[in-house]
Amino acid sequence: MSQSAIEHYTSEFDRLQSGYTAWLNPQRQIAIETLQQTGFPNLRQENWKYTNIGPITKRKFITAGANFNGLTPAQLDGVRFSETDCHELVFDNGNYSASLSTLHELPEGVIIQSLSEALTDNRTVIEPYLNRYAKSDEDGFVALNTAFLESGAFIFIPDNVCIEEPVHLLFLANKQPQAFVAHQRNLLVLGKNARVTVIESYVGFDEAEYFTNTITEITLASGAALEHYKLQQESQRGYHIGKLYAHQQRDSRVESYSFSLGGALVRNDIQIDLAEHGAGVSLNGLYIASGRQHIDNHTRVNHTKPHTSSEEYYHGVLDGSARGVFNGKVIVHKQAQKTDAHQSNKNLLLSDNAEVDTKPELEIYADDVKCSHGATVGQLDKTMLLYLRSRAIDEETAKSLLIFAFVEEIIKRIKFMPIRKRMEAIVVGKLPDANLIREFMQ
Amino acid sequence: MSTQSPHIEALIKKEYQHGFVTDIKTDTVPPGLDEDTIRFISAKKQEPEWLLEWRLKSYRHWLGMQEPDWAHVKHKPIDYQAISYYSAPKSKDDGPKSLDEVDPKLVETYNKLGIPLQEQMMLAGVAVDAVFDSVSVATTFKAKLAEAGVIFCSFSEAVREHPQLIKQYLGSVVPTTDNYFAALNSAVFTDGSFCYIPKDTRCPMELSTYFRINAANTGQFERTLIIAEQGSYVSYLEGCTAPMRDENQLHAAVVELIALDNAEIKYSTVQNWYPGDENGVGGIYNFVTKRGDCRGVNSKISWTQIETGSAITWKYPSCILRGDNSVGEFYSVAVTNNYQQADTGTKMIHLGKNTRSTIVSKAISAGHAQNTYRGLVKIAKSADNARNYTRCDSLLMGDQCGAHTFPYIETKNASAQIEHEATTSKIGEDQLFYCKQRGISEEDAINMIVNGFCKVVFKELPMEFAVEAQKLLNISLEGAVG
Repeated sequence: MSQSAIEHYTSEFDRLQSGYTAWLNPQRQIAIETLQQTGFPNLRQENWKYTNIGPITKRKFITAGANFNGLTPAQLDGVRFSETDCHELVFDNGNYSASLSTLHELPEGVIIQSLSEALTDNRTVIEPYLNRYAKSDEDGFVALNTAFLESGAFIFIPDNVCIEEPVHLLFLANKQPQAFVAHQRNLLVLGKNARVTVIESYVGFDEAEYFTNTITEITLASGAALEHYKLQQESQRGYHIGKLYAHQQRDSRVESYSFSLGGALVRNDIQIDLAEHGAGVSLNGLYIASGRQHIDNHTRVNHTKPHTSSEEYYHGVLDGSARGVFNGKVIVHKQAQKTDAHQSNKNLLLSDNAEVDTKPELEIYADDVKCSHGATVGQLDKTMLLYLRSRAIDEETAKSLLIFAFVEEIIKRIKFMPIRKRMEAIVVGKLPDANLIREFMQ
Repeated sequence: MSTQSPHIEALIKKEYQHGFVTDIKTDTVPPGLDEDTIRFISAKKQEPEWLLEWRLKSYRHWLGMQEPDWAHVKHKPIDYQAISYYSAPKSKDDGPKSLDEVDPKLVETYNKLGIPLQEQMMLAGVAVDAVFDSVSVATTFKAKLAEAGVIFCSFSEAVREHPQLIKQYLGSVVPTTDNYFAALNSAVFTDGSFCYIPKDTRCPMELSTYFRINAANTGQFERTLIIAEQGSYVSYLEGCTAPMRDENQLHAAVVELIALDNAEIKYSTVQNWYPGDENGVGGIYNFVTKRGDCRGVNSKISWTQIETGSAITWKYPSCILRGDNSVGEFYSVAVTNNYQQADTGTKMIHLGKNTRSTIVSKAISAGHAQNTYRGLVKIAKSADNARNYTRCDSLLMGDQCGAHTFPYIETKNASAQIEHEATTSKIGEDQLFYCKQRGISEEDAINMIVNGFCKVVFKELPMEFAVEAQKLLNISLEGAVG
């Protein structure tokens, strides 16, 4: 199956390559060759043990083109954060749309533009950072992404500049005559003491059938700070493979929030390199799946230098026949003394057909460290249910309240209020007795 | 061992005198492995045709398998053709003539453990001629076990005397195709132990004391099979706290436990094989497959292991919780020093309803050692109300060592409750300071802290071994803290 998919993407590559920015062609060529050699990951590979990507390789997704049905204004408005002025880059079914995007005035030196434009306009700025952390030999999806590297967003914040308005990247898909694939590559470069909030929204409408293959590469110079949100609400027939790489220099800080709510088959990979003293990362995640959804979260934090810290909180709620996978890896390298690393993964199983596979890993080569991890799988606490029931709250509502409380532990960590409100609304909307819960919340 | 009765010491003697009766020259095959080697072993053991076929089947399957490489250990490739698969015990004449000829380091360790002189000689392979009236002791033991109906004998004896039991249970927990080393073992195993506890019987003694003597020379491919019939109980200890010199580098044993309705098996291991020298040269590769099957309702299997020896330890004593209400336990202390590597842990496979499992793993890593916990907790769809508690703690001593935790948790049933916790840290400076301030030397303080760290596992060991295990731990970590 993998072989026919490789042939399919090779022919797409031959068809489209001439239209792409020329100076990247050698890198694309190497990537497609790597894909031909290594193929797509399979269940025998430790990193893909629990996720069968068969549904993706068996479909012949055509590469997103310009002749697609466009988005409706209503669809766009639903995803926007209208209460705040955001810089918005809108990707309409895989293609950057300048007319739908909004960019406010920017401080000097700041670049926010689509990657395809930036490849031409700002080649010298981009070249040192592009493909630095996403290596084609990691797996077939990275190779595939690099082979079709053209679309995406480029954000460059120079030294000592703080962007107050969040940058919102909207990757939206609606129903097309044919199932399609969008390869997106986002590049974020933060200079010394630079500061920015970036939101990536992936939303699919009308049961659209498509495949999002996205990579975000982030470089933080010393003292830089990034708040990064990923809101994944792909359609029920959408497939999503997303990777995030962050390389952090001295005293830089990343706060990552990853929410996986949609998609038929979803895989999120986060790789953080704490490469210099004092770098810190906080990873927060929430996955809520039902029906036959499959959501896989892999995180990997490399502590390579002393005095680095990481914390990780991922919660999952699985209902129906959904399957959740979590793998959190913390590696403390030899010199990385005084590392502080904590990780927790909690899972709530609501149905007998739901499944969760979790694997928190610690790999430690230094001695003066404080590392811990915890993982739990369970149901709603019976004593808590009893407490609520004995106060005349019916079982359904009591359950909903407890599920909400479980999810809220992650949601309340969100700093950007419009997202927090939206997440709460979405979660409540998924629960039975939504109206009652809303009353309780007030 | 200082706590042992003279009877046991006598018995030790006996084993040494009569253990090596076979003719040495005709019993050794040249290195190499093919079907003829297996036929030779089988013929030597006077095995029935079906067992030879079973071995050959395993061998043919093994040929098609690849050596696994997923463990977090590094070693040179093993040349399976360079191993002699059947060799008789070494001749007494080759061994040292007295303790003076034995490596003084080894003797020093024996003394620290408080091992009696006679037993020291036995362990070091010194030829001793002292005479004890041991036959009667062994007979008493055997009579006592026979009275209870317990069968406890070497594996080859069981093949001859109780073929129906072997045929029924051999390979039923660890199939020959299970993994690379299990397949190899199934093809070439030479001997081991067999234990059968009849219905509603509580084994009248800890099989530990007996075993320590009985299994002094079972070779590198050992096979153990324990069957606990309905309502029976047995406690079994394998291994020895005293360091054992052994020329075989690769050890690939298979242990199978079967607990039927309401039965309980407690299996304790103290492993202290040669770990190699301070520079990581030499040492045993210990690649073992251990698995228990809680086949009956309300059955229980408990694994306790103290792993201090071997250059590389690679084993996962597991429980298949098939019967409803069955219980699996795993308590482990793994100590690695110098260049030792350990990749150990457990698998708890929950299949029956209301099954419970507990995992407590304590890993101590010092010097340049790497210590890995790798565990699997699997809740099948059929396992309603399954419960698991896992706790893995690692203690690091020295900045060159590593401690790793790889727990796999797979849940297919919503009524399951699983908790996993792991921590890694070094010995607290404040704890050390507290002890030193009260006049306790640093070395003693560390021993105290480490023993406290492992206490929860030690208390699962049979008492006399718990005492020895503590001493052993202190010796293993000697010089680890500067």
